[in-house]
Amino acid sequence: MIHTTPRGRRSVTRRGFIKGSAAAIGLTATSGAWAQSGDKVVSLLSWPGHGAQDVIGDFEKATGIKVQAKEYTGGEEMMALLQSSPPGTYDVVLSDAEYVIQLQQAGLITELDAGAYPLDDYWPEFQQFPAQYVDGKLFAIVVDYGFLGLVYNSSVLSREEVDSYAILSSEKVKGKVGMYDWYLPNMMCLSLANGNRPPHDIDGAKFEAVKQSLFALAPEMSGIGVWSSVFSQLTNKESLVMPGVGAWAALLLEQGGVPIKAVVPKEGGLQWTEMLAISATSQKQDLAVQLVQYLTSPEGQVKEATKSAYWASIPNKAGWKLLNEQNPKAAESLEHRLDKRNVMDEFKEGKIFIRDVPKQQSIEVWNEAWTEFKNM
Amino acid sequence: MVGTIPTTSATGGRRSRGPRGFALAFALPMPVWQTLFFVAALLFLIVMTFWSVRNFRVEPDFTMANWVKMLSAGYFQDTYFRTVWYAALAALVASLIAFPCAYGMAFKLSPSFQRIVASSLILPYFTSYLVRAYSWKILLTENGVINGVLGYVNLGPFAMTSNLFAVLVGYMTLILPIVILLQYFSLAHVDRRLIEAAHNLRCGALRTVIQVVIPSARTGLILAATFAFILSFGDFVSPSFLGNNKPPTLSILMVDAVKSGSQWPRAAVVAITMVATLLLVAFLAMAFAYGRKAESR
Repeated sequence: MIHTTPRGRRSVTRRGFIKGSAAAIGLTATSGAWAQSGDKVVSLLSWPGHGAQDVIGDFEKATGIKVQAKEYTGGEEMMALLQSSPPGTYDVVLSDAEYVIQLQQAGLITELDAGAYPLDDYWPEFQQFPAQYVDGKLFAIVVDYGFLGLVYNSSVLSREEVDSYAILSSEKVKGKVGMYDWYLPNMMCLSLANGNRPPHDIDGAKFEAVKQSLFALAPEMSGIGVWSSVFSQLTNKESLVMPGVGAWAALLLEQGGVPIKAVVPKEGGLQWTEMLAISATSQKQDLAVQLVQYLTSPEGQVKEATKSAYWASIPNKAGWKLLNEQNPKAAESLEHRLDKRNVMDEFKEGKIFIRDVPKQQSIEVWNEAWTEFKNM
Repeated sequence: MVGTIPTTSATGGRRSRGPRGFALAFALPMPVWQTLFFVAALLFLIVMTFWSVRNFRVEPDFTMANWVKMLSAGYFQDTYFRTVWYAALAALVASLIAFPCAYGMAFKLSPSFQRIVASSLILPYFTSYLVRAYSWKILLTENGVINGVLGYVNLGPFAMTSNLFAVLVGYMTLILPIVILLQYFSLAHVDRRLIEAAHNLRCGALRTVIQVVIPSARTGLILAATFAFILSFGDFVSPSFLGNNKPPTLSILMVDAVKSGSQWPRAAVVAITMVATLLLVAFLAMAFAYGRKAESR
């Protein structure tokens, strides 16, 4: 309550202050509750970009469902977020293929009804993609994928020079090698460079050799960056070449006029595969299903392919057709033309290995080597 | 008359108790906040250092494994000493750059100009530090503005990112205005009569600064340097964005521990080590700032 004092100044009494504060708190709490109950909200845990307006804007408008996205930048970070959040925090989880089995075993995701999703429209390789199934049951569905090898500055390095991972230790790029801050793609590419096939299933001696290959690169390094740094390091020429990165970064930079290209070197490359799953503890299974249906539909797939965070290949053949109709230039850049050589051919040639977590060593052992390397 | 005294006193007492209670109610949030979010959080952090992680899940435990693991790891020891060195260097460089500026403000500017300059030093904080640090990249990279200008006179390009120089530039963005302000406040309170006395005794300008001004403002100057050390020691933005994470500092190591396997207990070990170091540095700085001053008196 505000009173006017004999001197004409207005003062606040204790009772008035408490009443006012209580009213303000009450009003805030009620308006918060209104916002909660009035909205149809589905939460998505994903790599950056999938929850952005350019991907889910049309879905939100058409269904009235609001997508609330939380982003992560590495598989272990995703596992940590899921394990440390209260049940039901996330409704839809976008996971890399190699973590789906861990999610299933930890009881974090639920079985999907195969009939509810457009799997029949998928390329045959993705209809039966092994990581989607656990004991023959569908637990996740591929939403996009891409290849990892080398990205390089094409104004400084030629295509021939980057045909092998050997370029990383060349004098020409000394102090100009960048890396994305995640042990998995970098160390797996170096494992491929050492001739290990598949790169993740190696014994102690071979792992030691991969470690030494990594450590030998320390003097070549310009930096190890977070997501945004990958783009800025390549744009600013702080890095001329990066292993373990692919078209996801190169295509976007190329669109912006930066001379960056992606290549799968002769020793082979990795495939990253992002999959959608529904949280076992989600209280909004129906909304979650709708979101997964949208992102795997031809319309959603076109948006996924050309999302502003990073471009990606898509598994839905009907999505390819729509992309060729709506955005032929993007279809060309993504090698998604149906009438000429395309990414599916590269997939069939056997140079690509599905990225997976270490098999004979623990993730921690590989992570330790990565931390040690960063400190060099 | 006698009867009126207690009445007045009682009324006065009630009156004084009232506002005091009201004031206490206003003052209470701060200690409550500190207890909840510093003391309790710190205790929780200490407890967590003894917990373990199974399948990405943190579980209560009582194991010394995290302490043994981190303290015996070569990369942790290297990173610890590197972070102390970076922070100490940042505090020294900031103090040296700030002093002429703060001195000029305190002794050469008119009071109104002093206010304008002091306000302008607060202005950078209107923008997020992350944005300010990141925008240095536009200037410092090989394709950046500075190397572009130097290129016209056939100099460079110089490597100004992914190294200690870049990290220091970031630290200065964070701490320099604060250090200048703290030094200025301290220099502004130096007794002018001491300086006049020094001049009257034919003491040169430089000697006056070294033997009169700096000792008089010592407490503030040390506090400013300590503040610079504390802020730089815990900073994540500069070593990560301008230093490109390589080599790492303790804050990067802490983020890595959590990111690469939910190792909150190991991150807690790093955090407790940082807090202990900062407390020690703050204690030593206070002892140095106040202790010897009292002695000299």
